[in-house]
Amino acid sequence: MSTQTPQTEQPQGAPPEPSRFSRIVRDLFTAESTPLVTFLAIVLALLVGAILIIISDPTAMRELGYFFSRPSDFLNSAWHDVWHGYQDLFKGSIFDPATLRGTPSQFFGPITNTLEDATPLIFGGLAVTIAFRGGMFNIGGQGMTIAGAILTTYVAFQWTGIPGGLQLVVAVLAGILGGVLLGGFVGWLKAKRGAHEVVVTIMLNYVMLFFLTNYLLTTTAFHDPTKAGQSISKPASPNAILPHLFGPSLNTDIGLVLALIATVVVGWFFNRSKLGFEIRAVGLNPAAARTNGISVGRAQIWAMVISGGLMGLIGVTQVLGLNNPNNNSLSPNIDAGLGFNAITVALLGRTKPWGVVWASLLYGAFQAGASVMQANDGISTDIISVIEALIVIFVSAPQLIKEIFRLPSREAAVPGAAS
Amino acid sequence: MTTATVTPHAEVAAPSAERSKLVGGISQAVVGAFGLWAFALGERTSSGADTVFGFSLTHGQSQVSVPAQATALTLSAIALACGLVRVFAPVGKTALRWLSVLYIVCMVLAFLVWAAAGSSIGLNVPSILEQTAVATVPLVLGAMSALVSERSGIVNIAVEGQFLSGAFTAALTASMTGSVWVGLIAGMLAGAAMSSLLALFANRYMIEQVVLGVVINVLASGLTGFFYDRLMALNGAEYNTPPIFNALRIPGLASIPVVGPLFDQNIVFYAAFLSVPALWFMIYRTRWGLRTRSIGEHPLAADTVGIKVLGLRYKNMFYAGLLSGLGGVWLTIGNTGQFGKDMSTGRGYIAIAALIVGNWSPVGAFAAAVMFGFALELQTALSPLSTPIPGAFLQMAPYLVTIFVVAVLGKKVRPPAAENKPFKKG
Repeated sequence: MSTQTPQTEQPQGAPPEPSRFSRIVRDLFTAESTPLVTFLAIVLALLVGAILIIISDPTAMRELGYFFSRPSDFLNSAWHDVWHGYQDLFKGSIFDPATLRGTPSQFFGPITNTLEDATPLIFGGLAVTIAFRGGMFNIGGQGMTIAGAILTTYVAFQWTGIPGGLQLVVAVLAGILGGVLLGGFVGWLKAKRGAHEVVVTIMLNYVMLFFLTNYLLTTTAFHDPTKAGQSISKPASPNAILPHLFGPSLNTDIGLVLALIATVVVGWFFNRSKLGFEIRAVGLNPAAARTNGISVGRAQIWAMVISGGLMGLIGVTQVLGLNNPNNNSLSPNIDAGLGFNAITVALLGRTKPWGVVWASLLYGAFQAGASVMQANDGISTDIISVIEALIVIFVSAPQLIKEIFRLPSREAAVPGAAS
Repeated sequence: MTTATVTPHAEVAAPSAERSKLVGGISQAVVGAFGLWAFALGERTSSGADTVFGFSLTHGQSQVSVPAQATALTLSAIALACGLVRVFAPVGKTALRWLSVLYIVCMVLAFLVWAAAGSSIGLNVPSILEQTAVATVPLVLGAMSALVSERSGIVNIAVEGQFLSGAFTAALTASMTGSVWVGLIAGMLAGAAMSSLLALFANRYMIEQVVLGVVINVLASGLTGFFYDRLMALNGAEYNTPPIFNALRIPGLASIPVVGPLFDQNIVFYAAFLSVPALWFMIYRTRWGLRTRSIGEHPLAADTVGIKVLGLRYKNMFYAGLLSGLGGVWLTIGNTGQFGKDMSTGRGYIAIAALIVGNWSPVGAFAAAVMFGFALELQTALSPLSTPIPGAFLQMAPYLVTIFVVAVLGKKVRPPAAENKPFKKG
């Protein structure tokens, strides 16, 4: 839930308001300061992650057994585990000091991996944001991603007759269509039948997963005949693959540009368009919106349609993007947990379009670094889910951060304001 | 008192009951007509084939065979009629409920008659009963857990996470100590720890509860997956080879034909099914139940008469966690033994769907859980019959049934009024 900073009204006779600059500096260190709370939430989550890394290391735990006779043993291995783990997390996501004298592609490699991992998260975060602003929870990211991926894959390997770059455009539109169909279905059930969208979206996740894994990838239309025994579709034709953004040696594709365009459009949609206003109104208070002549059902259906279309774009970047591990083809785990991560991204971004982008960059960095951390230190990538979930919980509970770090509240910082 | 959160249930001015009755009835009738066409007039049953029902676990004994076409025809026709009655006849609420039950039973039976038509193996009724009951166990426990928490006004989407943490902890502790009882207690407490976390953040920090539940599920999945990779995958012999509960045969009852196998199960199984009447009694007949319902419906009024709303909510969430933790215990040391990553495969969510379909009542939720349990086991029951339906669609069945039922029921189900609304005294 996006928390709104309470505006403390200055009562009559209160001391004069301090200067703007000093107020900014002072607010930076109160619990109402969003950047500070976010930063502390990340620190706290990483601390919990460090504890988990230590207690899951049998060697360190054995050494903890004789902690009081030789504490250095335990402290050394605990420090070794955490320091190397988090160092690799950083090296894999931002930059590796060892590459300072390397080629540009080595130097920029980690950060471009982060951007590539952030791309689908931006789409997903925006999708959850739109549904959330309309008063609904889109937990069906997995199903909608799969729906988009199925259509985009089909266009990408089948419709090779479309000339040049046009095939890519059609493939992207097909992916959007896949998500729109599923999202529209959910919205329609919600608006017309009153079916709870949380239940429907979760059930659709499983329906789509079984449909893809155990049916579609076994049919001759989709299954790649050269990969007998594997659940993999035919690969996309080279024309339909998202091109590199920063040259062929760097791992970021044009999907990032699409994601940023989507962010701008969603921002405009909420602030300037009639439909965006209606969706927000319905989300804030459906009864009031209906009284004011807004069709609640229509707004809900449109919110889910747009949300689904954005989720479908995750399918596009997952299949046609550079991150696809199987030569740009469709496989059962195409969603890779992005549908659920999208929810945490949207919350961390406080359901604001550009907030979603920042949150996606952070989580993209975690994901890019986690694979390096797993390869070098044997620390399972699942730790990232834990850290991400904790960050969201802490950010949603600024009161908790305030209690842990004993931050002053704004009321205490402004003498007399609470009187 | 309440923050400006958006509740998904907060819609007002539902479409008129008449229209909902019309659409629901017609969709039932259409599905019934489809059944008539597919099950009764399709080629599988049209060649005068018989359907064999076996009533003993050993194959070939006490079988009854019925003409497939005539039976499927009759059953689909009854289902179709149920839909039409719902649209046109002025029937009361209770009658409508029984009509729905009759409709579902008829459709399922027609489907089974069609699926097993012409097969010499036929359908083994006791085996289907037992498998359904086994699949129902975690669903019942999850639904009862969600019932306790939602009746006290807290949405518990995190049943899935409680399953996972209960299953993981039970497998780990039972492996390390070699005792199922330690695993049982540790698993239940792990579930309770997860639900208490939810209660803390919902009550004290007032985070939106559906979102919080989903995030806690991600947290539980990540935590159990992380420790699975670090401990169980590396040293499965020490950390992931738990003992499992022995079956406890109830003398007398276990010898009854057909239903006998249901009385030769382990203690978690019995606990799950006994939890339904126990909770029904506690919710509707005890002081605790009255207070629980009151804080779920109107916490302010409850507070006014001196009930400690937040205290009771914390307590109830703890009990709820014990129940769903027991569901997790069942997944590992109650049934298969070993823990696997994300082994609950969405059954926590299905349990919540069962609660919604059952209109937040213990008996209704139980009936829905049995329906979902049957749908989950459908694939196993039908796989030797070589039906023309691909296995994937049978696997989808429970999830599709959920969507269908939720859509048909629509706004007729009513959640506790104060659900998802944090209570702040003041």
